[in-house]
Amino acid sequence: MFLHGYLPSILDGAVLTLKLAAASLAVSVVLGLVGAMFKMAPSKPLRTLAELYSTVVRGVPDLVWMFLLFFGVQMLLNDVAAAMGSAAPDIDPFIAGVLTLGFIFGAYMTETFRGAIMAVPKGQMEAGAAYGMGPLRIFWRITFPQMVRFALPSFTNNWLVLVKSTALVSVIGLNDVMYRADAAKSNTQEPFTVYMLVAVIFLVITSVSNILLGMLERRYSTGLKENGL
Amino acid sequence: MIDFHLILDKLPAFLGGADGQPLLSTSDGIVMTLELLGASLLLGMLLAIPLALGRVSKNRLLSGSVWLYTYVFRGTPLLVQLFIIYYGLSQFDAVRESWLWQYLQDAWFCAILAFTLNTAAYTTEIIAGQIRTTHWGEIEAARAMGMSKWLMMRRIVIPSALRRALPAYSNEVIMMMQSTAVAGLVTLADITGVARRIYSDTYMAFEPFLIAGAIYLVLTFVFVWLFKQAEQRWLAYLAPRKH
Repeated sequence: MFLHGYLPSILDGAVLTLKLAAASLAVSVVLGLVGAMFKMAPSKPLRTLAELYSTVVRGVPDLVWMFLLFFGVQMLLNDVAAAMGSAAPDIDPFIAGVLTLGFIFGAYMTETFRGAIMAVPKGQMEAGAAYGMGPLRIFWRITFPQMVRFALPSFTNNWLVLVKSTALVSVIGLNDVMYRADAAKSNTQEPFTVYMLVAVIFLVITSVSNILLGMLERRYSTGLKENGL
Repeated sequence: MIDFHLILDKLPAFLGGADGQPLLSTSDGIVMTLELLGASLLLGMLLAIPLALGRVSKNRLLSGSVWLYTYVFRGTPLLVQLFIIYYGLSQFDAVRESWLWQYLQDAWFCAILAFTLNTAAYTTEIIAGQIRTTHWGEIEAARAMGMSKWLMMRRIVIPSALRRALPAYSNEVIMMMQSTAVAGLVTLADITGVARRIYSDTYMAFEPFLIAGAIYLVLTFVFVWLFKQAEQRWLAYLAPRKH
C-alpha cells in the first residue's frame, strides 16, 4: 500500500496548511492596509511606528519570529498565570501560527499596499473628495479598485512566500502537512517518498495560486493599453 | 521580565565562544550562518550564470528544462528541499552504498547543497530576466565590432545583465540569509541553532531568540548597506542625473 496508508493523514495536514495560509493572509492584509495608511499618515509618530514595524519584521527570519512569539508568549502567560495563582492556558498552535505569520507578512503587505496606493494618481482621490465622498468611501470606491492592479504582482509574490513559510509552523507543534510527514517518515522508513509528496502538494498549491492570481491580474488590467512589446 | 544577565552571559555563544571557551573557538553561531550563506551564494551564482543562458536559449528543450528546474525549486519550501536531501536520500540503498554517502549524511553538506540549488533557481530567473531586457543597442554595437556570439555574451551581455541584476539580487541575498535559519532545524549550530540550544538548556525563550533576531537584523542592515555601495559603484550610469 502506498505509504502504508499515511496518504490520507498527509492530505488532511495539507488542508490544515491551506487553512493556516488563508487565515494568515487575511490577518496580513488587514495589518498591511493599516500599516500602509500609517506610513502615509500626516502624524509623525504613526509613520515612525509603521516604519519600525515593516523594517524590524522584515529584517528577522520568520523561523526566529515563530520561536520568539510562540515560546516567549507562552512563558509570559505562564508567569502571569503563576502570579495570579492559576494554571496557564496553552496557546493553540493554529491561532499562534496564524497570528505569527499574519504579523510577519503584514509587514510585507504594508510595503505592497503603500506602493500601490502611491501609484494611483492623486487627482482621482481629489475628484472623489470634490463629489463630497468621505475618506472611507473614497478608499473603497476610488482608491481600492485602482490600486489592486498595482498591488497584485507583489501580493501574488507575498502569498507564494507565505504559503512556503507555513512549512515552518510545524516547529511549534501544529498538526500541519510537515508534522504529519514527520510522523509518516518515522513509521514508513520512506522519507524520500513522503517529502516528495509534500513537495508536490506545495507545488500544486503554488501553481493553482499562480493561475488564479494571473487571471485576477488580467481582470483588473482590462482597458489598459499594452506597450506592444 | 527579560534577564539581561542571561543575554550578556550567552552572547559569546553566538560567536563560537560556548561555555567559557574563547570567542571563535568553534564556528557556531554567526560564523556558521555566514559560512552557509557565503558558500551557497557563491556556488549558486556559478550555477546560475550558465543556467540563465540556457533559460534564454532559443532551444526549447534547453530553456524548458531550466524553466522546470527553477519552477520546482521556487514553488516548494526550502525546508522541504532540505528534508528531501537530508532525510530523503537515505531511503535508497544505492545512495547509502555510494561514495557520496559520506557527504550526504553530513547536515552541513546537505544544507549547502539545498541552499545552493534553491538560490541558484531564483538567481537564474533574475539574471535571465535582465539578459532578456538587454538594450538592443548594446547587442548591435557588439555585432558591429565583429564579436562572435560567445565573445559578445562574455564581454557585453553577461556583465551588463549582472550589473542590472544587482537590486533584485540584493533582495535574494537578504532572503537567503534569513532562510539559512532553517539549518538550525537539521542539528546545525547556526545563529538559530545556537538560540535553540540555549532555549533547551535554560528554558528561557525571550533572551536567546531576541539575541538571534537582533543579530539577523544587524546582518540585514549590513547587507543593505553593502549592496547600496555596490549599486553606486556599478549602477552609477543608470542613476538619475544629479546636475
